[in-house]
Amino acid sequence: MREEKAPPAGAIAAWAAAFVMFFPILWMIITAFKTEAQAIAIPPLLFFRPVLSSFAAALEESGYVHFAENSIIVSLASTALAVLIAFPAAYAMAFQPGKRTQNLLVWMLSTKMLPPVGVLVPIYLICRDAGLLDTRTALVIVDALMNLPIVVWMLYSFFRDIPRDILEAAQMDGIGPRGQMTHLLLPLASPGIASAALLSIILSWNEAFWSINLTAAHAGTLATFIARYTAPEGLFWAKLSAASVLAVAPILVFGSLAQRRMVRGLTVGAVK
Amino acid sequence: MMDHDPSAHSHAAPSPLHSLLPPARLEPREGLRPIWKRTATTLLASALACLLAGTGSAVAATLTIATVNNPDMLIMQKLSPAFTKETGIGLDWVVLDENTLRERVTTDIATKSGSFDIVTVGTLETPQWGKNGWLDPIGDLGPSYDMSDIFPTVRSALSYKGTLYAVPFYAESSMTYYRKDLFKAAGLAMPAQPTYAEVAKFADKLNDPAKGVYGVCLRGLPGWGENMAYLTTLVNTFGGQWFNMKWEPELTSPAWEKAISFYVDLMKRDGPPNATSNGYTENLALFSTGKCGMWIDATVAAGYLFDPSRSKVAADVGVAPAPVGITPHGSHWLWSWALAIPSTSRHEADAKKFLAWATSTSYIDLVGKTDGWVVAPPGTRLSTYENADYLKAAPFAPLVEDAIKSADPDHPTLNPVPYTGIQFVGIPEFEGIGTTVGEDVAAALAGRESVKQALASAQASTKRSMVQAGYIQ
Amino acid sequence: MGATTFRATGMAGGELARHRRRSSWLLLSPSVVLLALWAFVPLAMTLYYSLQRYDLLYPARRGFIGGTNYSLLFTDPDFWTAIINTLVLVLSVLVITIVLGIVLALLLNQNFPGRAAARLMVIAPFFVLPPVSALIWKNLLFNPISGLFGWLFKLVGLTPIAWFTTDPMIALIIIVAWEWAPFATLILLTALQSLDADQLEAARMDGAGRINRVIYVVLPHLARPIAITIMMESIFLLSIFAEILTTTAGGPGSATTTLTYLIYIRALLDFDIGGASAAGVVAIVLANVVAVFLMSAVARNIEG
Repeated sequence: MREEKAPPAGAIAAWAAAFVMFFPILWMIITAFKTEAQAIAIPPLLFFRPVLSSFAAALEESGYVHFAENSIIVSLASTALAVLIAFPAAYAMAFQPGKRTQNLLVWMLSTKMLPPVGVLVPIYLICRDAGLLDTRTALVIVDALMNLPIVVWMLYSFFRDIPRDILEAAQMDGIGPRGQMTHLLLPLASPGIASAALLSIILSWNEAFWSINLTAAHAGTLATFIARYTAPEGLFWAKLSAASVLAVAPILVFGSLAQRRMVRGLTVGAVK
Repeated sequence: MMDHDPSAHSHAAPSPLHSLLPPARLEPREGLRPIWKRTATTLLASALACLLAGTGSAVAATLTIATVNNPDMLIMQKLSPAFTKETGIGLDWVVLDENTLRERVTTDIATKSGSFDIVTVGTLETPQWGKNGWLDPIGDLGPSYDMSDIFPTVRSALSYKGTLYAVPFYAESSMTYYRKDLFKAAGLAMPAQPTYAEVAKFADKLNDPAKGVYGVCLRGLPGWGENMAYLTTLVNTFGGQWFNMKWEPELTSPAWEKAISFYVDLMKRDGPPNATSNGYTENLALFSTGKCGMWIDATVAAGYLFDPSRSKVAADVGVAPAPVGITPHGSHWLWSWALAIPSTSRHEADAKKFLAWATSTSYIDLVGKTDGWVVAPPGTRLSTYENADYLKAAPFAPLVEDAIKSADPDHPTLNPVPYTGIQFVGIPEFEGIGTTVGEDVAAALAGRESVKQALASAQASTKRSMVQAGYIQ
Repeated sequence: MGATTFRATGMAGGELARHRRRSSWLLLSPSVVLLALWAFVPLAMTLYYSLQRYDLLYPARRGFIGGTNYSLLFTDPDFWTAIINTLVLVLSVLVITIVLGIVLALLLNQNFPGRAAARLMVIAPFFVLPPVSALIWKNLLFNPISGLFGWLFKLVGLTPIAWFTTDPMIALIIIVAWEWAPFATLILLTALQSLDADQLEAARMDGAGRINRVIYVVLPHLARPIAITIMMESIFLLSIFAEILTTTAGGPGSATTTLTYLIYIRALLDFDIGGASAAGVVAIVLANVVAVFLMSAVARNIEG
């Protein structure tokens, strides 16, 4: 691994950029440790005695743990489902392209263009009649289908980076598509798969519209948790910040772990 | 890869894969294969397990209640174990912010999907939903429940043709808040019933942006329940109305023009910057940190403003009735959050027990004793306002009581109108109409349009909506 | 090379081709079937409702009214403003996020201490729920009285900008670009890491300066990922909604009303499902037009 160390100017620039991008979140985290009165003080308080009362208020009676559980389950399950379905499709499109592949790709993406707000009632009615209202199953299915076009696209684009010769050689040796997929593609495209999965998990995690509208008391996710704090009567910024920190924490932790795996997969060797 | 002799492939080594993989580069990756397999299998297994477990079974006698994240409701959620202990009925809470709640509940109720046993409704939708048969009439809540103790105006606002469809746990009107210290320093005195002309004069005198004090803070955020709630009361008291008896909108009438021009000019002269982003919450923050000389808004803000632990100006807040223009009609609003039972609920009897418990005098006593009398649910029962403990903790209470008693949603305007509702028009189309008009007014406040243009545009879009909805032929 | 390889396997060309087509269909079909269901069923229902009068609050009033919803939509003065606002928002955010994404990806691709932490920090905005992001920006940063920016402006003696009153679209673009730059960065960064170090090394040895190396080696390599990012981001950006709701409620006037927001007003304030469906159909058409346009512009890059 010959990676030259970056010059100091480059490192500083990178850190500055990271800091600027992260700053609003940092500010939110700081606010989570303030009281409401401190949160709206001017000049903005940088030095203050931190308190945990906002976190306590955000956790009180709110069902945080239950919502977090649901978020985790729905994100992971819908991603697993989406990747499972997308993988063979992306394989077929990348390595056995037909005349219509291009159109299929565009059409897949265009299915995402229907604004969810417009189809709320039809989907709600379908879920109601299928007995799926307020179930995690409904959310898993909806999220998986919503993310499917994106996952297919991303896998397709990463598969395109893999030279076909390897697969064709395997084909000649009698290894069918399934074998190729599991023994060759998986390892070769793992950074791409990881990226697609990570993206799908995040999209599912942040998905608020269906999570709130298709659920009641049982299957709500952290989006429902946050809806408790976004516009109540009275001052709420410290509590909202605390609630947001609680809502973001699991996925930030997961993201940092996933990052390391992605980086590891990449440093093993570039595909060529 | 490029160097391999193609014909050599037919003499593959026993494990074909090894011959394909260029050894030096990709070997380490082989260690990842089993990991991927295991991860995938675990993910799938757990996903399946959770799917099977996640269908959510119904426990006998548990009520699902959808409610708003209003402080009184949050207290109720906290105290509800007492109800469960008393009756054995469990509660599953769904707490959302107002807009999300309304949209969620409306979708469910209008499609008769039955997700909720108890819903929180406001005075806007209750009569309409009662009319559509979507809510169960409240009827009799038991002999120990004192229905006549509830404010008559509030009861009437939650009824349709005399039948009550929801019981209130919270009610508010609007009034004027002002800074006694600033008034004193400027040599001003707040009269017992201020007029808007006086308010404008006060604001001009108090306005001191250099010292960070704005003469008056008023709502500017677009929304039927945000800026238009306040502005409708302003228009009412200036003698205007939304629709005439034939349901034709009157947004370009002299009264509207006068009221909105007054508002825009006042805010431009004496209001805080960025006012079009300020709703109730932002103004509450402004007043409580000492940035406003006066503020006309919900009576419920008093609980915050008088609390020294949350408000910087607690010692200097004064209250007065909402200002009037040429008529006292509709100068201050009436809003109530109430509990109702959707007609699709399968646990009506149990739900009624909760409704009775949560809005009874004994519940109010419970709150007073556990959380303090200053946070007792305001505006619902006359007896609250006769309670010595409450009056001691809430010096603003008598004013609030007067405001709620005199806020008459059946006669909100100077001239007769075909609708009920003080700060809104009690028709289903109002949410959309009110928000669109609210945006036009915000455009005038932001200086993007003149008041005349904004009102003309508002009139046109409102007329379209009314024609579309069939009110006007 | 392909031809010789095939002949050597002993499988006749035709047989192989047929086998490949069959297996290709088998692999594709689950995805296609599911997507078809997911796309067609709501689409069909939306089309159906768009031709009906269906107001959720007046359940008794139903009936076929043909194109009335559409004509009402097209004569709504806010409609054309909404389309323009939508295009302005999407295109501005696309440009900003791609440029920012390239810069950030280049910076983060370097080897410097703490690089994993820096990467996480850059990607973090993408993890925050949109309404929360919007509220942070609106209250903690943009607010001219109690926000950080207002305070900074006053520090240097300028009057704070009342962002949401005077420049609501710009404020909205900043918020959305901040949320989506990490997305572009993530994709471009992953793509950068498959760039062969040897090529860069060769260019360096040929005497190419840093800037030239970027322009002539890195950017062409990124062409396809950029195209893909544009395609995917535009899909998401077309349905941006929560941020508008929490900051400006579509105003002042209709300055920040986009097509999606218009649909929201129809569907969730008016509960006018018919009107909302008609607007939804128009949104799909608009999105498809944008997609076709983008596709033809970047098609050769995707074929790569």
